[in-house]
Amino acid sequence: MTELTNLTIATALEGLKNKDFTATELTQAHIAAVESARDLNCFITETPEIALKQANEADARYNAGTALALDGIPIGMKDLFCTEGVKTTAASKILGNFVPTYESTVSQKLWNAGCTMLGKLNLDEFAMGSANTTSAFGNVINPWKPNDGSNADLVPGGSSGGSSAAVAAQLCLGATGTDTGGSIRQPAAFTGICGIKPTYGRCSRWGIVAFASSLDQAGAFARTTEDCALLLNAMCGHDPKDSTSSRQDVPDFTATLNDDLKGKKIGIPKEYRVDGMPDEIEKIWSQGMEWLKDQGAEIVDVSLPHTKYALPTYYIIAPAECSSNLARYDGVRYGLRETGDDLRDMYELTRAEGFGEEVQRRIMIGTYVLSAGYYDAYYIKAQKVRRLITEDFDKAFEQCEALLTPTAPSSAFAIGENDDDPIKMYLNDVFTVPTSMAGLPGMSVPAGLDSRGLPLGLQIICKAWDEQTVFNVARGIEKAANFTAKPQILGLSRAA
Amino acid sequence: MAQLIKGETGEWEMVIGLEVHAQVTANSKLFSGASIEFGAAPNTHVSLVDAAMPGMLPVLNEYVVEQAVKTGYGLNAQVNQTSVFARKNYFYPDLPQGYQISQYDQPIVGTGKIEIDLPDGSVKEVGITRLRLEQDTGKSVHDMHPSKSYVDLNRSGSALMEIVSEPDIRGPEEAVAYISKLRMILQYLGTCNGNMDEGSMRADVNISVRKPGDEFGTRAEVKNVNSLKAVHQAIMFEAQRQIEIIEDGGEVDQETRLWDPNKLETRALRSKEDAHDYRYFPDPDLLPLELTDELMERIKSTLPELPDEKKHRFMESFGLSTYDASVLIAEQSRAAFFETVAEKAGDAKLAANWVINELLGALNKAEKDLNETPVSAEQLGQLVARIKDNTISGKIAKDVFAEMMETSKDADSIIDEKGLKQVTDTGAIEAIIDQVLAANPSQVETYKGGNEKLLGFFVGQVMKASQGKANPAMVNEILKKKLDG
Repeated sequence: MTELTNLTIATALEGLKNKDFTATELTQAHIAAVESARDLNCFITETPEIALKQANEADARYNAGTALALDGIPIGMKDLFCTEGVKTTAASKILGNFVPTYESTVSQKLWNAGCTMLGKLNLDEFAMGSANTTSAFGNVINPWKPNDGSNADLVPGGSSGGSSAAVAAQLCLGATGTDTGGSIRQPAAFTGICGIKPTYGRCSRWGIVAFASSLDQAGAFARTTEDCALLLNAMCGHDPKDSTSSRQDVPDFTATLNDDLKGKKIGIPKEYRVDGMPDEIEKIWSQGMEWLKDQGAEIVDVSLPHTKYALPTYYIIAPAECSSNLARYDGVRYGLRETGDDLRDMYELTRAEGFGEEVQRRIMIGTYVLSAGYYDAYYIKAQKVRRLITEDFDKAFEQCEALLTPTAPSSAFAIGENDDDPIKMYLNDVFTVPTSMAGLPGMSVPAGLDSRGLPLGLQIICKAWDEQTVFNVARGIEKAANFTAKPQILGLSRAA
Repeated sequence: MAQLIKGETGEWEMVIGLEVHAQVTANSKLFSGASIEFGAAPNTHVSLVDAAMPGMLPVLNEYVVEQAVKTGYGLNAQVNQTSVFARKNYFYPDLPQGYQISQYDQPIVGTGKIEIDLPDGSVKEVGITRLRLEQDTGKSVHDMHPSKSYVDLNRSGSALMEIVSEPDIRGPEEAVAYISKLRMILQYLGTCNGNMDEGSMRADVNISVRKPGDEFGTRAEVKNVNSLKAVHQAIMFEAQRQIEIIEDGGEVDQETRLWDPNKLETRALRSKEDAHDYRYFPDPDLLPLELTDELMERIKSTLPELPDEKKHRFMESFGLSTYDASVLIAEQSRAAFFETVAEKAGDAKLAANWVINELLGALNKAEKDLNETPVSAEQLGQLVARIKDNTISGKIAKDVFAEMMETSKDADSIIDEKGLKQVTDTGAIEAIIDQVLAANPSQVETYKGGNEKLLGFFVGQVMKASQGKANPAMVNEILKKKLDG
């Protein structure tokens, strides 16, 4: 029997249908993998009993011929999604031992499609970070190692670092993520897997612990484009409980997955050639253009003139919303409460103890930019720039159907490397933030390795609601790149 | 009728603006499906949204929006086709989200105006600045434990209309008249029950004082003014306090004060320096609220007749005085009752007299509401009709009415049973008059000597002899003829 953890979702579904193995066997194999890779710290909470119970039910459906779309597929759930009866932390101390009495819409949809839950995945605290180093439950270790013999621990990207590392290390076949400014795409690039953030409004935000409401969007990690499409099929759809969720029809993304790129116009935004970008990033980007040209696509130069304002604008809007969204963690109704002499003291002690440094920084930035006398200069101005950024994309998409860019300005860096310099850390999201600001769908696909043997990703961006073209172009890159490299730990621990 | 206060340095004028919070009549809260029924056990009407659990999102209650639009039209105000919900950020245990979802610079209703009726019968216009739709907070209870506070979230997230007036109000009587009229309008519209005891309607008072004709003074905002009596008391107290400060050479602080209904005083809650910076910004969980033309038209075309319209109609069509019309329109049910009586009676003015002076008077004495009346509108209409068609006199009618109040019987059956029908037969009346004149020769002599005031005495005697049934007009006429002839 093939290694069950080495399958894709598509091939696993095939195997389950053919009764090559059972959902229980598939889930058990992944539970074992999760247990053997605890040193990566991918999971905050493991839920093998739930996974096995769900697998058992999936097997019954396979036997009865009533299998669901993703029946028996073991996945990990980013610990930002509220899960009924299972501790949900947002990787923060402030939530204490919070156990929701409700299930987020997106996770419920995945269970409705038959997925089994291996556990809750680690992340940056409240999804704020680009390296998964701000988690109150410790950092996540990227399964990839540099080939320089240093054996240094690298970051898996963030904020969905538990998700990216777990899928790359073959602990689960897929995982959920959320992306506010790049939190799916950048970790996917750092770990050599696929990650898609759909259009804002595609997935319901109901039951996802909020970071920045106008930017937060759920999405999927998997090892292939097709697998991402399969997961997204189950996750998307209108939810009356989220006023910002869209009523747009959701197509079957896999049914029309088509890598015929003949005549497709692919835009290359010149502003994404940033100062100090490593040659290797430049190289993989050019390589991506060549691959698409080889498949008949036409490469066109486009301009997104307000790109350079995207990051500063993001760091006004996202903290502003976060400062308000996180006000509910006050020690009054649930989560951590520190005892204080009076109410104000209780608030201050609770929030000082409960929130980590990065979260506190963003709450303070957000409070500042919304305060009297600064609101117009920062928040209103940022909203205006945000509109200009969106208009840039609108204009670009008059000339092309998709944009191709690098996902991140570097490959995975060492743990602790950017921790003392928030600005440097924020620069990780320079290529992903504009898409988030405009609410567009974006995806990272692995394209190759750099000289240190670390994965690099390319990003595909399309206009709103056109995830299909995102997947199609990603499939073209995927086919040409033929990215088969695996993290070294897989070779070390399993090949033997 | 601006009311002035005499100070040591002359007369002072009060400048008042009111901020009324009216709970919207609806089955559920502004952004959640939880009930808003009053008086439930603490924390039993709380949804996950109301408790601000992680990941919960607000979904706008469309019925509440319709209620706000209706209220906007009722306040003769501009209804804004696009409005925006904004977050007002501050920390308090009875504010679970850490922000109140309200509206800021784009409220659902803009400027409007209402007419208020003053005790001297005059009418004044008061401007409405805006109406915002917003969430109510929960309730903090501080007196149940020596060191702990309790929080009840039943009210958390209920829909409020924050209705702000222009500083057009010049004294406590005008303030009370304003709130009364506002409450009446909301009750007519069915958008708020106006119950101040249950907190369905609460008022904050902005007040400053000035010498008439001067610029506005520095104002204080007085909170927790939750009855009409308290409005009156708080304004008088606060105006006096400000006048004393100024006359002593001091300056009024711009601050928020709290009305203490037990000590009957206002006291400082927080100064301008301590004022919250609410950091308003558009709520990213909600889309801008867009009203369709169709919705606005539908609401406009189904508005009920409003108090002022009704009052003017009563005055113009029925010839009622401002006072009578104002009394009758005070409640929708009262106005409807009156209109039925008037229709049955065939005389609106007479009907108004009977409803106001007799029926409401009697009910008041019996401590009953109009909806508990033993005499229906149809029955009262019949009674008034019998006065109108001379079947009985007004005096007899009062006796009949008293019995109707006792027994709920129809006027006609009481008149029949007791044989109260008025005597209008000339011969019969002449006979009684002759008897009376014969029995009182000296008075006849005096009358004829020029003391015509005695006519009343003879009328009285005749009415008495007829047991009140003789038609008084005919008695007068025939008596005069006989005495003068």
